[in-house]
Amino acid sequence: MSDELISRVTGVIAKTQKIPPETVTIDKSFEELKIDSLDGINILFALEGEFDLDIPDDAARGIRTVRDMVEGIEKLLAAKSEAAKSKE
Amino acid sequence: MNHRVAVTGIGAISALGQTFPDMWAGLAAGCSAIRPLTLVPPGSLRFLNAAEVPDYNPLDHFNEKDAQMLDRFAQFAAVAAREAIGVSGIEFSPELQERTAIVLGNSGGGKTTEDEGFYSLYALQQPRVSPLTIARAMSNAGASRVSLEYGITGPVYTISTACSSANHAIGQAFRMVRSGEAEVAIAGGSEAPLSMGFLKAWEAMRVVAPDTCRPFSLDRRGLILGEGAAILVLEPEERARARGAQILGEIAGFGMSSDAHHITQPSALGAARAMRSALNDAGLAPQAIGYVNAHGTGTTANDATETEAIRSVFGEHAGKLLVSSTKSMHGHALGAAGAIEAAATLGALHYGLIPPTANYTAPDPACDLDVVPNTARAVQVEGAISNSFAFGGLNAVLVFRKLA
Repeated sequence: MSDELISRVTGVIAKTQKIPPETVTIDKSFEELKIDSLDGINILFALEGEFDLDIPDDAARGIRTVRDMVEGIEKLLAAKSEAAKSKE
Repeated sequence: MNHRVAVTGIGAISALGQTFPDMWAGLAAGCSAIRPLTLVPPGSLRFLNAAEVPDYNPLDHFNEKDAQMLDRFAQFAAVAAREAIGVSGIEFSPELQERTAIVLGNSGGGKTTEDEGFYSLYALQQPRVSPLTIARAMSNAGASRVSLEYGITGPVYTISTACSSANHAIGQAFRMVRSGEAEVAIAGGSEAPLSMGFLKAWEAMRVVAPDTCRPFSLDRRGLILGEGAAILVLEPEERARARGAQILGEIAGFGMSSDAHHITQPSALGAARAMRSALNDAGLAPQAIGYVNAHGTGTTANDATETEAIRSVFGEHAGKLLVSSTKSMHGHALGAAGAIEAAATLGALHYGLIPPTANYTAPDPACDLDVVPNTARAVQVEGAISNSFAFGGLNAVLVFRKLA
């Protein structure tokens, strides 16, 4: 998990939630950040735009913390770059 | 003096067919009409299926001029109204036209019309849209069409409360007939939400199942969107008897509430308050109810919350209730859902057969009611309720009784 990735994901969360970026840290839960289910969907939408990803419903299920979110994005980015390589 | 309100006509157009008898046959057989989407190009969405009205051709029901004037949702309203009024056998004299009300539910208006107009503007770079766009897309287009077709000049309006629209509409119409404000009411709802723009909005909400709708089942993955309309004809019981009409059932009560909790998350407290209010309005004890046509969308949140609400209202009697979600067969028709489900509930009372929850695979401890899995059950219940709980936290519940 690179610092750059963490800061991009937390930046998207802060921007979408309209909260100060410094409040969104890797160990915070969505509950602590008052992110409810609708907010979560909105954050996924913003992350899809930020990383040019398609986040399937199944991958999105069960995400409850900032760490879950960063790890999920990391996994999807890895899969995306694998897919790009195999095309070459 | 309050009247007892009889239902003397039912019309329905849904994924299960273009008439109420077609729909009832499907429900009784436990047949799910959830199929691959054909109204939008395949592969453009995360989900594949919907509950579309099969083989619908506007020209089977309207001349070319009228078909051009009416969005799909307004067409559905007119088709179902014609069937319901035909079944009721009511002939509208000038006096009766003035004493008749029409109250229809609709959530989205003419979504297909809007989509086509905006596509031509933004994608095709056309500088203008059809001058019929407003008249086709307005949410009251269905109610107004029925008013025009039958010369109904009494109170005519549309209620838009998302997925509760039709229950709110039928409830208002029921109260007008009960109080004598209207002599006859035509009530129900219609919806045609399967346009690309609107489907994309549902996709983004991540509540649509990738495969099918499995209400109350452990492996449920969301709702399936549907379309259609259902219309009821309501009149005082004594009026129906005096003209020798067939009575298909009684609407006995109506209750509503707002969660004031969250814009999309359901609340068991709000749902329970609407059910209690409906039972109070009907003057019925919970023990008088044998069947619950659940809101049962097939989302994780709704079905567990609805179970909790039913348990809190019915207490020990909840264990004896038959509870099913017919959305597993006709999909979630949004502003028409309550009307289609009212038709299903009246069918259950009239035919003595409880339609099942289709596509059910495994019990969920959070939904521990008798959900009549997969196969209809021949049980004659005397009372039933039908739940609708909308995004926005708006709940509307109707109470039905058998009235032979």
